[in-house]
Amino acid sequence: MPLITVQNASFRYDGKEVVRDLHFQVERGNYICVVGENGSGKSTLVKGLLGLKTPFSGSIAFSEGLRAREIGYLPQQKDVQRDFPASVMEVVLSGTLNSLGARPFYTRKQRETAQAHLTCVGLDSLKNASFRDLSGGQQQRALLARALAATQKLIILDEPIAGLDPLATSEMYRLIQHVNRDHGVTIIMVSHDPHAAAHEASHILHLENKQLFFGTAAEYRKNEIGKRFLGGEAR
Amino acid sequence: MIGILSEMLSYPFLVRALGAGLLVALCASLLGVSLVLKRFSMIGDGLSHVGFGALAIAAAANIAPLYLAIPVCIAASFLLLRMSESTRIKGDAAIAILSAGSLAIGVMVVSMTTGMNTDVYNYMFGSILSLSREDAILSAVLCGAVLVLFVLFYPRLFAVTFDESFARATGIPTRAYNAALATLSSVTVVLGMRLMGALLISSLVIFPVLTAMRVGKRYITVTILSAVVAVVGFILGMIISYVYEAPSGASIVCVNIALFLIFATVGGILNARKKN
Repeated sequence: MPLITVQNASFRYDGKEVVRDLHFQVERGNYICVVGENGSGKSTLVKGLLGLKTPFSGSIAFSEGLRAREIGYLPQQKDVQRDFPASVMEVVLSGTLNSLGARPFYTRKQRETAQAHLTCVGLDSLKNASFRDLSGGQQQRALLARALAATQKLIILDEPIAGLDPLATSEMYRLIQHVNRDHGVTIIMVSHDPHAAAHEASHILHLENKQLFFGTAAEYRKNEIGKRFLGGEAR
Repeated sequence: MIGILSEMLSYPFLVRALGAGLLVALCASLLGVSLVLKRFSMIGDGLSHVGFGALAIAAAANIAPLYLAIPVCIAASFLLLRMSESTRIKGDAAIAILSAGSLAIGVMVVSMTTGMNTDVYNYMFGSILSLSREDAILSAVLCGAVLVLFVLFYPRLFAVTFDESFARATGIPTRAYNAALATLSSVTVVLGMRLMGALLISSLVIFPVLTAMRVGKRYITVTILSAVVAVVGFILGMIISYVYEAPSGASIVCVNIALFLIFATVGGILNARKKN
């Protein structure tokens, strides 16, 4: 049974249609890359999947055992406050809030979860450092740990590698592969780099204010739309 | 200094002003942590101007000032929140228009009715003598509410302040938290206005957290330090105001400027040391 089923969904902002004809399924363990030009509706779809925006028409259905709040989220970098005075541990801990229930404070269980994910992304030695003192790549890894602390089922990443240097980029891709393959976490990632997407992901969703393509990465490379989009830019 | 303080405490009206003011300063500094970090600092400023307009109208219409100013400010705070969230209206410009507009309406109402008397002067620049028993009781209630919010909802408040979309996606009712912050900020601003004046109250919200951020690296440190800075700044400011017979609001702001400069210097030295 698919984790998420999107049926004929469309989204509008202020009455203007941003994206339509969204029709795809997310299976457990998928690594889906959402590609397309700027303003093609990628981030809007992310907001819809997170429950921050309701579809104008159509539906987004989650399977049993995946409630909307069990989605980890790594927001676009411009939405994150880079100079925020918080320790890395405080940031990652805030990911465990959905398992807190009615309790007012974090318990040992939450601290252990946060610690485990800090170790997973290799930020153990920086856990007491201030978030604002980290490099861009380290901040992204901290936010990935926060997303993982929120769920082990599905994480949604909105352009996680934008603006990172080559080393931090490959490190980030390696980590995402690791949590997908070794921890079985389903990944939906918005990417502005179609080449890397076609290389890293299992599936590609191509948007151009409507759904142009959805299928496996291998199919995408052979598909006309994929060829055009991939071929248009030098590798 | 202890001598001056005990001399001040021998006047009952000063005890009331000190007590109520201290509670308001504490609330303002805690709320300030969230407001400043959420980039809502201007809302505090906007609210104080709306508060001034409301007080002027209340005085002209002979209504108890708090009963009009508090609801009007709460309504304005929701409006300001909506404005800063909306992508359509430019939030900062909208706040500026609302501030200037309220101030102008307040001044017009005052000049057409009572004229520019000491009451108006007090609303603009603050006076400890204008704090009533009612204000003191309300300050205590407000402070209780703010402390409950900050202690019992600390992790959630952190999440809402740091990253609202993530918080919403993980099921935290962020709108409710924003509404609580807006309501408490409105009451704080109205109460604080009596002491600090409409023109200076936003400094109680903004200064302590900015000062704390010079040194604090963790959110919990910044929150606690901000409260400490606010309390120390308030007491020192009141002592200076008493000794030099200066307006209380301006004295407190001046002490806060000094504290900010001290913390900025210390923070700069600490950072430079770490790099070496």
